[in-house]
Amino acid sequence: MSDITSAASAGPAATEPPLPLLERLGFRGASGVGEAGWLRTLLAAIVSLLYFFPVLWIILTAFKTYDDVLAVRAKFIFTPTLDNFRQVFSRAYSVQGQVQDTGFTLAFINSIVTATISVTVALVIGTFAAFGFSRYPLKGNDTYLFIVLTTRMLPAIVVIIPIFLMFRVTGLAGTHLGIILLYTAFNLPFTIWMMKSFFDELSRDVEDAARIDGSSDARVFLKICLPQVVAGLAATAVFGLILTWNEFLFARLLSGVETRTVPVAMAQTIGGDIGVRWGLLAATETLFLIPVIIVTFALQNQLLRGVTFGTIKR
Amino acid sequence: MAYQSPTGGTTTPESPSPADPRPRAELLRWNNWRGALVLFLAGMPLAVTLLPPAASFWVAGAFAVLLAATLVVNAWGRHPGGLLVAPALALLFVMNIYPLLWSFGLSFFNYRANRMRPPVFVGLENYAKVVADPVVWDRLHTTAIMVVLTVSVQMVVGFLLAMLFAKQFPLRRYLLILVLTPMMLSFVAVGAFFRYYYEPSLGLLSQFVRLFTGESYVLMQSAWGARAGIIAADAWMWSPFVMLLVLAGLVSVPKYLYEAAAIDRAPAWRQMWSITLPYIRGLLLLALLFRTIEAFKLFDVVFLLTEGGPGTSTETIALYVYRVAFQYVKTSESTALTYILLFTVIVLTNIYLYFANRRGREA
Repeated sequence: MSDITSAASAGPAATEPPLPLLERLGFRGASGVGEAGWLRTLLAAIVSLLYFFPVLWIILTAFKTYDDVLAVRAKFIFTPTLDNFRQVFSRAYSVQGQVQDTGFTLAFINSIVTATISVTVALVIGTFAAFGFSRYPLKGNDTYLFIVLTTRMLPAIVVIIPIFLMFRVTGLAGTHLGIILLYTAFNLPFTIWMMKSFFDELSRDVEDAARIDGSSDARVFLKICLPQVVAGLAATAVFGLILTWNEFLFARLLSGVETRTVPVAMAQTIGGDIGVRWGLLAATETLFLIPVIIVTFALQNQLLRGVTFGTIKR
Repeated sequence: MAYQSPTGGTTTPESPSPADPRPRAELLRWNNWRGALVLFLAGMPLAVTLLPPAASFWVAGAFAVLLAATLVVNAWGRHPGGLLVAPALALLFVMNIYPLLWSFGLSFFNYRANRMRPPVFVGLENYAKVVADPVVWDRLHTTAIMVVLTVSVQMVVGFLLAMLFAKQFPLRRYLLILVLTPMMLSFVAVGAFFRYYYEPSLGLLSQFVRLFTGESYVLMQSAWGARAGIIAADAWMWSPFVMLLVLAGLVSVPKYLYEAAAIDRAPAWRQMWSITLPYIRGLLLLALLFRTIEAFKLFDVVFLLTEGGPGTSTETIALYVYRVAFQYVKTSESTALTYILLFTVIVLTNIYLYFANRRGREA
């Protein structure tokens, strides 16, 4: 480490109490670089809007008519329509006289069902495991944790080849059970690392006091630790839902016509040669975007932890 | 199972007393997890290699259940840690580690999933084939180009974004959302929509170019154009990730250093170089490693955007493995290939965790 770092750790900053959660990401002038005025807001607004533009264009496209989407001169001003959203959820619809079918309703149901069940199961099993890893370190605790994380960091293609063969043999391919099992395993490492990072942050004093007063391990876990990490549980669940919802390769290879998820349905829409229904795709994505934007806003403080699978807390 | 025996410290064959610190290992006892582990480690590879795949899955599963059961019995009331992590590890084992071991075994056989012929043992032949294959090296080369370019773009853009958002200013919290959203989108959506933006006739990029040249612009027709297209999409998605890490690093910089520098009239670049950078160096490294691991797996965006084309100029190694496994159906060869990927990722993850843990301890 450089001179400046060591000087700082010897300075008063090292003894300062940790910042409250909200300030850790620098949301309240805690960035250490100071304040800036409205001029910076203007600059940031321009950059942010440019950066957000591809997303904005998805949203705009979702409200365009079939013809407006295909306009060679892109239309910034148009009459908004909800047709695309209606078509996402209709079994059959007509485009210029041709009857078409999206099957998106089923894909949405599949995505919601598989994501919810797998995230819930992973959350239950993973929280227990995270508590174990955090409070009762085993011999070789770090090795286990490393293996757990590695299974998540591996390219999906590495895991999917044997799984594909095994599912084919065991008849799990194309079933909801198979994909839920796989997604549970897919979410588990993430859940364990996330929840462990939350448990690690709790103060041990209350737990120790409870133990001295005769509380059992189970009681300490249920009555003291768990209530303190409810926000963490929520963040983990939401990130798990987003990750699972977005997952493509597993779903593509292991889901059948009846079990395909939204990303698979979207990819299939692109594959066709009758011309891509961009409006429909945009509407599908917009439906997903709204919750994501809300979540990004609500979980700003946990975002860093979420995207690094709990390996970096702040 | 393990109860306090009435005589105190003595050990009965069926039930060892918990007071005994190291109970003798009796072979057939429900808490003999070491025995079960040996049985498991010996039995599972045997089952995998000797039994047909259908049976081996369930036999190995039975071994795993046995191991789990002995561990539970052994740990009940004594090792809450082991008990708590067991279900998670068991599930991970069944769904991740066991399939990987199985595919490791398969990589020594000649097997094609679309043929009825049973696997034939060929030793290291698959590995020799893969290592000697110029196509594999070409795909690794493509992947390396993409990883280096996309990660550097992400680092630079992410860093600049972080600098923009480093200070507190009105509406900052809301503007940040706009920048952070791409990270939460699905690869499929990003791939699909950049395909739309790059479309020669209706795409925004082509229309923008047409304003100046009057002609449609086909980005995806040249190798470097397609690469640039993929890198732009991937970097757009993941630059906020780097920004997030840099912002987190900036929090740790004490303000008085800047105040002291201002008194010394140090120029802005000097403050950046001597104060900011040393503080965020650790997180920059973590961002670099994390993004490298993720970029190494680059698949979904390429699959949606170019499907590896034009030609094979954007075919990353992950996409190539996908083709070998599911389009050319050279199953066992693809498993050998996956082990090259696996090894790389394990090494990178190890380095990443080393630095992440070091930072965690310092913090």
